[in-house]
Amino acid sequence: MTTAVAPPIKAKQRPGDRIFSTATVVAGSLILVVLAAVAIFLVAQSLPAFTADESAFKGGITNFWDYVWPLAFGTVWAAALALLMAVPVAIGIALFISHYAPRKLAQSLGYVVDLLAAVPSVVFGLWGITVLAPALQPLYSQLVEWFGWFPLFAGPVSGTGRTILTVAVVLAVMILPIMTALCREVFLQTPRLHEEAALALGATRWEMITMAVLPFGRPGIISAAMLGLGRALGETMAVAMVLSPASVISFALLQSQNPSTIAANIALNFPEAHGVGVNVLIATGLILFLITLAVNMVARFVINRRKAFSGAN
Amino acid sequence: MSKRIEVNDLNVYYSKFLAVEDVTLTIEPRTVTAFIGPSGCGKSTFLRTLNRMHEVIPGARVEGEVLIDGNNLYGPGVDPVLVRRQVGMVFQRPNPFPTMSIGDNVLAGVKLNNTRMSKSDSDDLIERSLRGANLWNEVKDRLNQPGSGLSGGQQQRLCIARAIAVQPDVLLMDEPCSALDPISTLAIEDLIEELKNEYTIVIVTHNMQQASRVSDRTAFFNIAGTGKPGKLIEYNDTTTIFSNPSVQATEDYVSGRFG
Repeated sequence: MTTAVAPPIKAKQRPGDRIFSTATVVAGSLILVVLAAVAIFLVAQSLPAFTADESAFKGGITNFWDYVWPLAFGTVWAAALALLMAVPVAIGIALFISHYAPRKLAQSLGYVVDLLAAVPSVVFGLWGITVLAPALQPLYSQLVEWFGWFPLFAGPVSGTGRTILTVAVVLAVMILPIMTALCREVFLQTPRLHEEAALALGATRWEMITMAVLPFGRPGIISAAMLGLGRALGETMAVAMVLSPASVISFALLQSQNPSTIAANIALNFPEAHGVGVNVLIATGLILFLITLAVNMVARFVINRRKAFSGAN
Repeated sequence: MSKRIEVNDLNVYYSKFLAVEDVTLTIEPRTVTAFIGPSGCGKSTFLRTLNRMHEVIPGARVEGEVLIDGNNLYGPGVDPVLVRRQVGMVFQRPNPFPTMSIGDNVLAGVKLNNTRMSKSDSDDLIERSLRGANLWNEVKDRLNQPGSGLSGGQQQRLCIARAIAVQPDVLLMDEPCSALDPISTLAIEDLIEELKNEYTIVIVTHNMQQASRVSDRTAFFNIAGTGKPGKLIEYNDTTTIFSNPSVQATEDYVSGRFG
């Protein structure tokens, strides 16, 4: 008997597998290519802005950083205010839908929330100008009158109601649906076992939620908040329509002098920009990109820090 | 702390479906009572009515009464939340809170009752409960680690520690060993033997050997067929149920002729 060396068994290549794996690789690379293209564009087009002299800016600003700083501040400030208002409401609505409402009501409420997500941002902008701002103005006057000593509510009050607080409310309404939808899904994922464990210990429904549902949903809540924050940071139309921008850094919520946001500023100034002015606007876009990136990295860090306690294992 | 349970003419419904029909039995304090029977015969459902956990399922309701030391759990104005603080429960699958450390898991129920507790008191309670659940030596060096990092048997003993930390009157166990290996099962069974000195224990099990090993009294449940209500067929001392049952169905079941 001769011992023939057996040829190595090769896995059979099936066309379905090859097509599928190729498709996923292409899709995966595509996102990297697009991201790289955008990043290269942003950086390359921004470079002239960093060295631009004062002729490129209006209103006595001498360099790019002086120009972008109030905008970056306004962007983060408006988005943070919006998030501050929207997160508790989103969690509340999501909990109501997932754990409190009767099933039929929960379902229709879910549809309404999803519907809100489909409203275009221009519409929210119009609503902000024509309805919300006039409606809030008397309230603002009262706030300034009563709480004017508190720096956030310092006067003089805006006569139109078109302030950064109004913008924040509009933004909050805009980011509410997506955050609610995400939180609801996360809360519904809470293992029944853990809910029952809490109830069997004698927890009330609210105690059960704080013991089992919220801790389990914490990473999801953070993700939802970051998604909302991302949208609020980048939102253009609603802010551009509601605010009459000024290049200031001010925490005051109710005055007529409000910092604008990067995205709104680009939208307002791009049509008439030329030469190095275009580069300046693109450079502000780069800054916005970096802010968003930083926010997302912080969120990742926060989620990963308590990974062992996430319930995923 | 252990108390007598009296169940009188209890019917359990899921909406209109009668799941358990007309159960009457008395469980003495400081005993272990096992519920055995084929799947779907209503023994877990019945167990859950002893601390009103069945109410978690929409549409579930009962008729009849459950008396713990003479107090009807289903009397008007009785808060199910308070009932569950007196009647602890351990589930089929170990379910420590994954977001809490081992120590916090033990304290979870206690913190519901009183929020303020000195560090030394809570440390004492953690140690006492974990010792009571035969888990202390295994976890004393990692009380701050997540409970989900323990093995299945350890997790189940952690759940028992969590349940006894609130010092309930009664401890219900719904197939506590069905997800565990034989060694862990043995650990839990030894533990039940010890806990019997302080608590009234009711255990649902699919494992007849387990019932005969751990329990003093055994209740056999059965159903006539799918869609029919489960009934209590026979309730007696465990030795009698397994050696000399008075009902033919019980004998068929414990001797392995069906089920």
